[in-house]
Amino acid sequence: MARFDVFAARGMSRRTVLGAGGLAAASALLPAGALAQQSPRSGGRLIVAADSEPRNLNPAIVASNGVFFVSSKVVEPLAEADFGTPDGLAPRLALSWTGSADGRSATFTLRPNVTWHDGKPFTSADVAFSAMEVWKKLQNLGRVVFADLESVDTPDPLTAVFRFAKPTPFQLIRNALPALTAVLPKHLYEGTDINANKANAAPVGTGPFRWGESRPGEYTRLVRNPSYWSAGQPYLDEIVYRVLPDRAAASGALEAGEIQLAAFSMVPLADLARIAKVPGLDVITRGYEALTYQLVVEVNHRKPELADVRVRRAISHAIDRDFVARTIFVGFAATSSGPVPRNDPQFYDAAAQVPAFDPARANALLDEAGFKRGANGMRFKLRLLPAPFFNETRQFGAYLRQALAAVGIEADLVNNDSAAHTKAVYTDRAFDLAVGSPVYRGDPAISTTILVQGGLPPGVPFSNQGGYQSATMDALIAKAATTIDEAQRTALYREFQQLVVTDLPLINVAEWGFTSVASNKLRNVTSNPRWAVSNWADVWLAP
Amino acid sequence: MRRALSLVRRRLLGAIPVLALVIVGTFTLLEFAPGDAVDAYLGATGGDRGLVDQLRRDWGLDQGPLQRLGLYVAALARLDLGWSVAFSKPVLTVILERLPNTLLLMGAAIALAFGLGSLLGVVAGSRPGSATDRALSIGSLALYAIPGFWLGLVLIIVFAVQLRWLPSGGIETIASGLGGLARAGDIARHLVLPVSALGLLYLALYLRMMRTSMAEVWRQDFARAALARGVPRRRVLWRHVARNALLPLVTMLGLQAATMLGGSVVIESVFAVPGLGRLAHEAVAQRDTPLLLGIILVGALVVILVNLAVDVAYAALDPRVGSGKETAA
Repeated sequence: MARFDVFAARGMSRRTVLGAGGLAAASALLPAGALAQQSPRSGGRLIVAADSEPRNLNPAIVASNGVFFVSSKVVEPLAEADFGTPDGLAPRLALSWTGSADGRSATFTLRPNVTWHDGKPFTSADVAFSAMEVWKKLQNLGRVVFADLESVDTPDPLTAVFRFAKPTPFQLIRNALPALTAVLPKHLYEGTDINANKANAAPVGTGPFRWGESRPGEYTRLVRNPSYWSAGQPYLDEIVYRVLPDRAAASGALEAGEIQLAAFSMVPLADLARIAKVPGLDVITRGYEALTYQLVVEVNHRKPELADVRVRRAISHAIDRDFVARTIFVGFAATSSGPVPRNDPQFYDAAAQVPAFDPARANALLDEAGFKRGANGMRFKLRLLPAPFFNETRQFGAYLRQALAAVGIEADLVNNDSAAHTKAVYTDRAFDLAVGSPVYRGDPAISTTILVQGGLPPGVPFSNQGGYQSATMDALIAKAATTIDEAQRTALYREFQQLVVTDLPLINVAEWGFTSVASNKLRNVTSNPRWAVSNWADVWLAP
Repeated sequence: MRRALSLVRRRLLGAIPVLALVIVGTFTLLEFAPGDAVDAYLGATGGDRGLVDQLRRDWGLDQGPLQRLGLYVAALARLDLGWSVAFSKPVLTVILERLPNTLLLMGAAIALAFGLGSLLGVVAGSRPGSATDRALSIGSLALYAIPGFWLGLVLIIVFAVQLRWLPSGGIETIASGLGGLARAGDIARHLVLPVSALGLLYLALYLRMMRTSMAEVWRQDFARAALARGVPRRRVLWRHVARNALLPLVTMLGLQAATMLGGSVVIESVFAVPGLGRLAHEAVAQRDTPLLLGIILVGALVVILVNLAVDVAYAALDPRVGSGKETAA
C-alpha cells in the first residue's frame, strides 16, 4: 500500500485533514478501516463538481481523465487498478488474463451473466469488436499500444484471445487494462460511423450507473443500474455532475453543502488549508496513485544552445525541486528524480537521479560550454512557454524564468491559452523551453517513451516535440517494446531512466496526484489508485 | 403606427451592413488567434497524426480561410448558422439552449439597475447637494468600483454559505422535477444573487445620470417658472423635472444592453448560469468559429432590437421626437 503513496514521504496520512482542530481532527484520526466496517447504506444522490463537459464521452475513443471522470461509471474496462493484488489489478469485465510465453497472444476469461444497459448480453464479440475497431484504430492511446494487434479470436462467448503480429509484452497489456480497454456494445456500434455514433454523447455500457441526461452548461446525471453484475451495488441512486466553471464558486458550493465532492484538485491548492477546517469536509490526497502527472521542462533540441547536453544539465542544476514541491504545489507534490515517478513500484529506479539543485555547478557548466556572460550578465536568450493546463504549470513557468536568470539565461515568458499553446509547441515547434504536464500511466511504454522517441511526425501533442534524436535511446525503446520477459523488460526501462537523466532529452521536475475535497458522509472515496476515474459502485452516503 | 413600422424597417435594413461587418471582423480576428479547433481539442485529449488529419478534414479546417468564410456566408444566406464542433450540435440549437437564460438574467439585471437606479436618482436629485444625495452618490460609486466577480463571490459567501438563504449558483434546482409556478419560483430564487450582482454594478450609472440630469432640469426656466407659479414642489418634481431628466437614461438603456451581454460572462461563470456569455468564452477557448459567429450575430440582433425598442419608447416619452412631419401635414 505504502509503495503507491507519493505523499507518504511528505508526512501526510491516508485521509489528510490539514491543520484542523477539534472534531475535524478527531474524525480524520479514525482509521479508514473503522469507516469501512460500517455497513453500506443504499440510496441518495451524490452531487459532484465538474469544471468541463467533454463533448465525446466515449472512453474507448478518448482515453483521458476528463472523459473517464464521468463515463467510467457507465462503460467498464476489462480490469481496474487495485491497491492489494500482486499485478495491481482487480477484475471488472474480465475475470482472469494470461499471456503466452512467446508474447504473440493474450487470453481473457470474461465475466458471465453481464448485460448491457439495454438488456442485451455482454459477450466476447463485444470485446473483439472494441479491440479491433475502436482501441486499435481510433483510440488516442490504443493506436500506439495495440498497433500490432492482428486479430481477436472468440472461441466461446466468455473467452477472448488477442493475437499479435509481433511479440508484445504482456506486462504492457496488463498495465494498459484500466485506462485503454473500455468495452463498447458491438450491437450499437457495428456498421455505423463510430466517431459520430450518438452513443458517444450518451454512453451505453455495463457499468453500475446508466446514462440519465445532460443539460449542457448545467449538469449531467447518471442513474443507478438495477441489474448491475455485482449484487447489491451500486449504493448510490444517482450521481449528478454539476458544472461549476469558477473554482472559488465550487468551494462555496461545497461549504454550502450543495455538492458533496470536488475531485481533481478543483478546489485550488491555496484554499485547501482553509477548507480543511470547515466542519463536515475532508481534504483527501489518496485515490490518485495511478494518475500521476509530471511537471516537465520540455527542451527544443533544434536550438543550438540547448543541443549541448552541458546546457541541459545546467538548467536541471538551476531548478530547486524542493522549492517547487513546497511552494508552488504547497506540499501536494513530490520532487521528480527521473522520467518514472517514485510511486511506480514496477519500474521506478532510485539510482537514476536528475542533476540536482546546484547553481554554482550550473554556472560552471555554462562557462565550460562556452556561453560566457555578456555585458548585461546574461549568456543567451530563449523563449519559455508554460502550458496553461494547470495553475501550477503557469506558476512554475514564472519560477523557471527567475531560476534561469540566476544562472545567466534570459527567458522570455510566453503565456498562451490551450489551443495556441498546442499549436506553438506541438505543431510549429516555436519554442525553446516549454513547461508540460504529461501523464504517467503505469507503464513507460503507454505514454512516456513517446516523449523522447525519434522519428515521429509533427503535429502530435504530447510526443517528442523537442526533436530529440538519439540512436541509443531509439534502440533501447525499440528493444524494450518487444521484450517479453518481465525482468528483462523492467531492466531495460531502468536503463531508459538512466539514459534520460544523463542525456536529459527533457527535464523532470515534480510529480503529483490530485486532491479531493469531500463531505465526510461520503464513504469509500479512496478505494483504488484510480478512484476518481473508477466506477464508484462501492461509494455510499452515510446519513 | 405607420411611423413606427417604417422606423422598424429602416433599422432592420440598416442592420444588414452592420451584421456583415461583424461577421467578417470576427472571422478575421479568430483567424489571427493562434491554433484552431483541432489544436484546442488535442490540447485536452492528445492523439496522433492520423487523428489530427482526420479531424481537420471532418471539421472542414483543411480548407483556406477565404473558402471557409465563403461557405459560412453561403450557409448563412440560407439561414443556416452551421455546426458547432465543440458541442457536436447545430450552432442554433446550442445558442437557443442558452439564450433564454441570458435574456432572463440580463433583462432582470437591467430592470433592477434602471428601476432602482433612476428611483434613487430621483431621491438624490430632488434636492441636489443634500446629505441624502451625498450618501447615495458615494454608496453607488463604491458599488460601481467593485469588480463583478468579487461582488458575486461575496454575495455567495454571505447569502449561500453563511446564511444559506439562497442557492450558490445554477439556474434551477438540478433534476427537481418541478413544473409550472413552482419551477418559476425556483428559477427566481436562483436568479436573486446573480441579478443583484449584475444589477448593482450598473445601478450607479443610472443613479448618477438621473441625479445630474435632474440637477440641470431644476435650473431650467420652465421648472423655475412652475415653482414660481406656486405649483407644489412634489408635482414639479415628478411631472416636469423627473420626466425630462429621464430621456438621457433611456438612451443609456440602449447602450447598456450591449455592455450587459459582455458583463455577464463573469457573472455567468461565478454563478454557473449556462448563458451566452460563458458560451462565448468556451467558443473562443475551443476556437469554434461558427459558434462564436453565431453568438455574436445573435448578440448583435438583440442589441439592435433593444435599441429599436428604445427609439419607440423615446418617441412615446418625448412628443417632440419624430412629430415634426405629422404636425406639419
